[in-house]
Amino acid sequence: MSKTTFGIGAALAAAALALTACGGDPTEAGASDSDTIVVGSADFTEAEIVAEIYAQALEAKDVKVEKKLRIGAREAYVPALEDGEIDLIPEYTGNLLLYFDKNATATESGAVEDALEGALPDKLEVLEPAPAEDKDSYNVTKELSDSEGITSIGDLAKLDPVKVGANPEFETRPYGVPGLKKVYGVKNVEFTAISDAGGPATIKALKDGDVDVANIYSTTPSIAANDLVTLEDPENLIAAQNLIPLINEDKASDTVTDTLDAVSEQLTTEDLIELNGRVDGDEKASAATVAKEWLQDKGLI
Amino acid sequence: MSVVTDAVSWLTDGANWSGDRGIPNRVVEHLGYTSLTIAVAAAVAVPLGLYIGHTGRLRSLAIGVTGALRALPTLGVLTLITLVVGIGLTAPTIALVVLAVPPLLAGVYSAIESVDEGTVDAARAQGMTEWQVLTRVELPLGLPLVVGGFRAATLQVVATATVAAYVSLGGLGRYIFDGQAVRDYPQMVGGSVVVVVLALLLDGLFALAQGAATRNARPARTSGGAASEDASADTQTSVPAEASASTTP
Repeated sequence: MSKTTFGIGAALAAAALALTACGGDPTEAGASDSDTIVVGSADFTEAEIVAEIYAQALEAKDVKVEKKLRIGAREAYVPALEDGEIDLIPEYTGNLLLYFDKNATATESGAVEDALEGALPDKLEVLEPAPAEDKDSYNVTKELSDSEGITSIGDLAKLDPVKVGANPEFETRPYGVPGLKKVYGVKNVEFTAISDAGGPATIKALKDGDVDVANIYSTTPSIAANDLVTLEDPENLIAAQNLIPLINEDKASDTVTDTLDAVSEQLTTEDLIELNGRVDGDEKASAATVAKEWLQDKGLI
Repeated sequence: MSVVTDAVSWLTDGANWSGDRGIPNRVVEHLGYTSLTIAVAAAVAVPLGLYIGHTGRLRSLAIGVTGALRALPTLGVLTLITLVVGIGLTAPTIALVVLAVPPLLAGVYSAIESVDEGTVDAARAQGMTEWQVLTRVELPLGLPLVVGGFRAATLQVVATATVAAYVSLGGLGRYIFDGQAVRDYPQMVGGSVVVVVLALLLDGLFALAQGAATRNARPARTSGGAASEDASADTQTSVPAEASASTTP
């Protein structure tokens, strides 16, 4: 069979393993000790870095911490959080809201947080969100931005047709092609699916002019490295995705809450770009190292 | 499991059988990438294979190089080439050609090598030129193995051409990549089933062609000499060994 399906199967198997590995016996509810906080993370660099920041900040306040990082996707770790196998995980406001409420329409930061409070199950709560955001963003090259005067998503209407490059789901998601047409009135859209989540092939297509605009996560270092222009989104087409600690209510003591609030207060999008760059770039620093240095820089430990 | 029944409904939904995104059009695209790949790979591998098989030169080099090529992961090669040439048809075609050349080359040179030396010497003794020996004796007798090489290469390419969808193209991989993107597992399973069916159909056709080539390589009873019979027997027994050896990517 094709390698693609094999890869997916392997990924699912790995996710399943990672999940079952968490609690030992998956039927045993509330696996963690009452006074230990088990910090988890989704399976990508940024999530791991932020989870390390949370964990090390808590350790510095003498909170007992256990780490179960790189668990998998939201579908894997939210149930683990509800079961008490993990207690704390860094999350993104907009996507977390959509996980609990598929019909959510809020996109602006404040509105998303308000809706999120109402959508969470009883056992879970979120603390203060950070200003740091990692969300989908529309990007064009500096040359195209300058020559056609494109600085906002609505300006894309000046191009006819607009060639959009992104992961396949962008064609059907509300913040993708449908929103581009409906919210910004861009009529003639040609979509090109490039399945590397705004990675090098997408950047190459953008620079070659094979696509005019590409969806790249806003904390990706390659945006700045390639001198790309991220288009403004005055209509809030793309939902806010602020970093926010999602925690088991029983574990949210005053010390824990205060510590994590202090972390969130200082964590910015620029910090994420820099930390991601150090881990994924040539330096190949570990998530634990960059997390520690960030906390020291900010005077948090 | 419900994903199986959902995949069946996906496959039987009339909406998935019409238009640019319908299964028939995706199958046509998929076969297009496959044929283009096999054509390019054949242009490289067939002349080279004939040369190696006939002269015995470069043989160890060819084995080494094609062995190494087989170890390359297609998706990795595709990404690498895309970064150089950009998105479009070129990158997936090159990545798939890399996949198709080793089994084709092995099929062709082993086909020529498999022909009984006595038969080849007899042809030379009759005054045939080297070109005539190759085209009138070695190639017809080795044809079942050549077809076997094409069979193995086509099977691998048709199953792997799904990667074309990774960088902007269509084909049946579209269902797999698009399905994964929105967690539409029935679509992924349905698309995979279509790939499997297509691969089996093509393999069946090649099996028929190989059978015909084998009958063709066997001389008529009246004029058949012992040496020629041996040659075709050789050919038949080596088919599975050579062709199935190339299933590792």
